[in-house]
Amino acid sequence: MSPELRQRIADTIAKDRVMLFMKGNPQMPQCGFSAAVVGMLKETGATYGSYNILADPELREGLKEYSSWPTFPQLYVDGKLIGGADIVRDLHAKGELVKLVAK
Amino acid sequence: MAISPDDIRALIRAALPDADVAVTDTTGGGDHYSATVISAAFVGKGPVDRHRLVYAALGDAMRGPIHALALVTETPEEYQRK
Repeated sequence: MSPELRQRIADTIAKDRVMLFMKGNPQMPQCGFSAAVVGMLKETGATYGSYNILADPELREGLKEYSSWPTFPQLYVDGKLIGGADIVRDLHAKGELVKLVAK
Repeated sequence: MAISPDDIRALIRAALPDADVAVTDTTGGGDHYSATVISAAFVGKGPVDRHRLVYAALGDAMRGPIHALALVTETPEEYQRK
């Protein structure tokens, strides 16, 4: 991966404290797993940034390598990968998601 | 290109030889799967690193044949407790 792409990925993750990399956008998710995470984040009431990886193939492929995580959605808090849909669902079920994403 | 539940199980077991692996084709289409993986390799690891171990085992299969993989990763002890 080029240093430029690596930097662009780091900058994009840092755009918001809570960042969701997803297929589509929160208003119109393009995948059931992305839609599920959007729904759970909505329940927490948290504000978050999102990035449509379908519109950016270079970042999409780069982020898989950057985070050693081959699937989307990917949820980041404070620059750290929290997980994909399964992990976010677990955290939400345990009441921990709201603590992570709330200010 | 489809991949079978047995193929997925074999790839995971090649990397995590002690693992108990159950794979379900969730849609019958050969590309959306769910898997439960129980292995001592997960001891002391958080969920992200556990999933990474499984993804690494599956390697290129995650870059095409497998469109979606819902994962449950547990240590033998966690599994016993349920």
